[in-house]
Formats: sequence, C-alpha cells, structure tokens
Amino acid sequence: MNQIIKTQHLRFEYIREDENEHILVLDNINVQIQKGEFVAILGHNGSGKSTLAKHFNAILLPTEGLVMVDGIDTTQSERLFDIRQKVGMVFQNPDNQIVATIVEEDVAFALENLGVAPSEIRRRVDEALKTVDMYEFREHAPHQLSGGQKQRIAIAGIIAMRPECIVLDEPTAMLDPKGRQEVLKTIMDLNQNEKTTVAIITHYMDEAALADRVIVIDHGKVVMEGKPKEIFSQVEQLKSLGLDVPQVTELCYLLRQQGMPVPVDVITEEECVEVLTQLLQSDIKGD
Amino acid sequence: MLKDITIGQYFPGKSFLHRMDPRMKIILTTAFIVLLFIVGNWMGFVISIGFLITAIAVSQIPFLLVLKGVKPIIPLVIFTSVLNIFFVDGQVLLSIGFLRITLEGVLLALKMTIRIICLIMGTSLLTYTTSPIALTDAIERLLKPLNKIRFPVHEMAMMMTIALRFIPTLIEETDKIMSAQKARGADLESGNLLQRAKALVPILIPLFVSAFRRAEELALAMECRCYHGGEGRTRMRQLSMSRLDFYGAAITALCFIAVIVANLLL
Repeated sequence: MNQIIKTQHLRFEYIREDENEHILVLDNINVQIQKGEFVAILGHNGSGKSTLAKHFNAILLPTEGLVMVDGIDTTQSERLFDIRQKVGMVFQNPDNQIVATIVEEDVAFALENLGVAPSEIRRRVDEALKTVDMYEFREHAPHQLSGGQKQRIAIAGIIAMRPECIVLDEPTAMLDPKGRQEVLKTIMDLNQNEKTTVAIITHYMDEAALADRVIVIDHGKVVMEGKPKEIFSQVEQLKSLGLDVPQVTELCYLLRQQGMPVPVDVITEEECVEVLTQLLQSDIKGD
Repeated sequence: MLKDITIGQYFPGKSFLHRMDPRMKIILTTAFIVLLFIVGNWMGFVISIGFLITAIAVSQIPFLLVLKGVKPIIPLVIFTSVLNIFFVDGQVLLSIGFLRITLEGVLLALKMTIRIICLIMGTSLLTYTTSPIALTDAIERLLKPLNKIRFPVHEMAMMMTIALRFIPTLIEETDKIMSAQKARGADLESGNLLQRAKALVPILIPLFVSAFRRAEELALAMECRCYHGGEGRTRMRQLSMSRLDFYGAAITALCFIAVIVANLLL
C-alpha cells in the first residue's frame, strides 16, 4: 500500500437551496497521491480544487465514487478520527485556525481531542514546535505573532498529530513575501526530513515548481498531470486555463518566441540563469 | 484607539498569589466575598480589610492599580449609599422636607460601600494574578460536577477560550473597518448620541459578517483536528495543589474564624 490518498471516479455536487439546482463541482476525478510525495494542485478560482482537498480528510464526502485514505474509505464514519489523524489540513487564514490563547496550548489542541496522555502531549508539542522552528515562542499569545509565524503554528498543530499526509489549502495566500518563504521552507523540510506527504493547493506557480508532481484542475476535472517541467513547458495550454507559469518559464517562453535557442522546461531561477549565461556566451562567440 | 482595551487584565509575576493554583484562588476569592457579607461589626471589617491589604501586598501589584478597578462601579456605590441613607428608619439626624437622614442609614451606607469596594478589589486581585487561560481552565475543572445535571461545562469553557482568543483579532478588525469607513467619509465622532449610535451600524455589520465567516472557518479547522466536544478529552496542562495553596486556605480560614468570633463576642 503505497498510496496515501486515492480517489476513484469521484463526483461531487451540491444542491443550491433557492433554485433546487444541482451544481456539479467535481466530475470523475481519479488522482493518487503516493506516500512521501510532494504534490501541487493548481486551478483558477472556482475550479473545484479546494473542494477536492476537503475530500481528502472526510470534511466532504463524495456524491458518487470513492475516496480512500491509506486504505480506509472516507464514508466509514467510525474511522473518521483515524482519517483526520492520517491526513491533516491547513487553511488559508492562520487567524481562523488557532483556537487557544497560548501557542503551545493551540498545538496541543488536536492531541487533547484525541485523548493522548498529558506527558506524551507535552513531548509531542515540544517536538512539533521545534520542527516548525517556533519553540521559543511557545508561551506567546497568537496575536503577538506575524502571519508567517501564525501559519507555522497552525502547521505545528497539525503535525503534532503525526499525520502521514498534510494538505495545505493556499497556505501562503494571505502572507507577506517573508512569511511565504518561512512557511514554504517549513513545508519543504517536512517533506524532505520527516518524509511527510504534502499536497499543496496554490496560486503561486513558483511554489508549484518545487513539487514532485503537479495536478491541474479546471471545471471540476483533472486536465493536466505530471512533473512540473512537463506541465510548465505547455505554456499556451496553461494560459488558456487562466493560469500563469513561473516567471522564469515565461521569460524563456518569450525568448523562444523571438527565435532564441532556449529549452522549454526551465522552471527554476538557477536553471534560467544557466540558460541565459550559455545564451550570452554563445552569442559572444558567434559575433 | 481600541488597542488600549484589555479584558481580564493580567499582570504576570512570580509572587505567592501568582503561583497558587487558580482553582484555589477562585475558591478563596468566593470565600472572601462570603466573609464580607457575614461581617457583623467594625472589628470584622478591620479583619477583612487587613486580610485584603495583606493579599495585595503579597501579590506585589501596586495598591493604586487595584484601587483603580473600583472606578467603573463608583456610580453603583453612590446609588446604593443614597438609597440606604434615605430609606432606613431610625434616629433622625437631618430632615429636609419629606427626606430624612438617619444615623442607621448612614452607618449602613458606609458598610455597604466598604463591602462593595472590598469585593471589587478582591476579585480584581484574582484576575490580576491569574492568566485568563488559567482562569478558564480552573472554572472548567471546578464546575465539572455540574456535568451530572447536564450543564455543558466543557462547551462553556471552550466558548470562553475562543472569546478570549478572538478579542484581540476582532479589535484589530474593528480598527481596520473604522479606518475604511472613515476613508469613505463616515463621521464617527460628531453629533448627538443617537447620530453616533447610527454611525456605528456600518461598522458593526461588516464586523458581524466577518465574525460569522471566521466562526465557520474555525469550526472547520477544529473538526480537522478531531474536535468532538469534551468527551474523552485530555489536557496537556495539569493543575496541582501545592503547599502554597494550603497556606492560602489556612490563612483565609483563620480570618473566617476571627470574623465569626468577633461577631459572637462584640
């Protein structure tokens, strides 16, 4: 069993109360997330990506089809807490996820709910706070912290449960650039050092470029899936879906349109610098 | 301007009172309030005021600060005193028209004033030396027996915690909305009471809308962290009584006995 999350023919619709109208949000979604993977889910507003994420830990249940979390069908309500412990979820606004008035109490919240023994809670809270590098702030009040710090506390509150997978729904959308960096670094560390599976929903293409795999959703359907290089090299198709590509990819794309010999799959700044240096050198030699 | 508001003001410290178990502090504060009302003569008042002053001295919180806590209830004190002065029968000291001031009335008013002031100072000392979270925790644990009569103790404590958590957030938000409305030409500072109350509507509506949205998101986040009420819940922070608490209890008990003895003998 190597898949932590698997959906089969997942379909989700809801009924709008006033008009008795069925609204189809997700249509025949088949995605798999392997253990230890770092997956980015892209899509413009209203594409259904957040709805999909909410199926990953049984916040929403499929209208048709199946969602399996580590082999457990999410409709099994008696396994609900097992599912939520395996797949933790972090939301966009850090302010609205923090329950307690003291940082460490908040990180302890999930463990208290699960009925873990006090000494074990203490140990795991300290561990989680150290993982997100917020240990020295353990006795602060949440409103004294910056956005990035609060979001790291929210992440600590989830990883204290020791989930196998953590799903983040636009975790950096409300943060300043510095906060974004902090949170991204925390997520990358979790994935690389703790081997936690990460599924991140994002609007930022340079965040998606860091992932092992990218899934693009449009109108409730998976329209593209593959390695970041494969996805971002299809600049036209992404643009037609209302999505951007990382800035460096865009630059190389424009250069290629001008007839420059530039590869199609440049997604990181380092690659871009290398490509541009080569281009300039060959230019000089050519002259 | 709203940033200055702090609710349940807590002054961190390491004094005897700060280190006592919050449960014991609540019990002893309640005992002190009862004590104030069983006091029957001046000797009793001297004992309870002495007890209060000692407690304030031990807490290392400036006396003036504790006294400040009385300020908001001054109108109430004046109101009850006036009622007592005019409506108690007895030896007439002064009479103006149909109003008569009696000696018993003045004495009763004085006692009432001392009681209320001591009561407020005693309870503010509790909130000054105990963090809000410790207070909520202690209340939850003290009221646990009420679970038997189906009183939702855990839910109440959770509500208090969330309220405390969101006070700074909502204050900040109110500030933002006020600035936004001012930038759109809203006039919040002039006009009579009615006009100013009306001017608050465009601030309160967005505030409520956002509070509801926050509540929904918070509920979702709590569900994701396996929240399912108080059943089977453990706590990281354990409260434990220490020797300090027994000293505190013993001193209070002694005061109680002294007051009762004073009541009987004098």
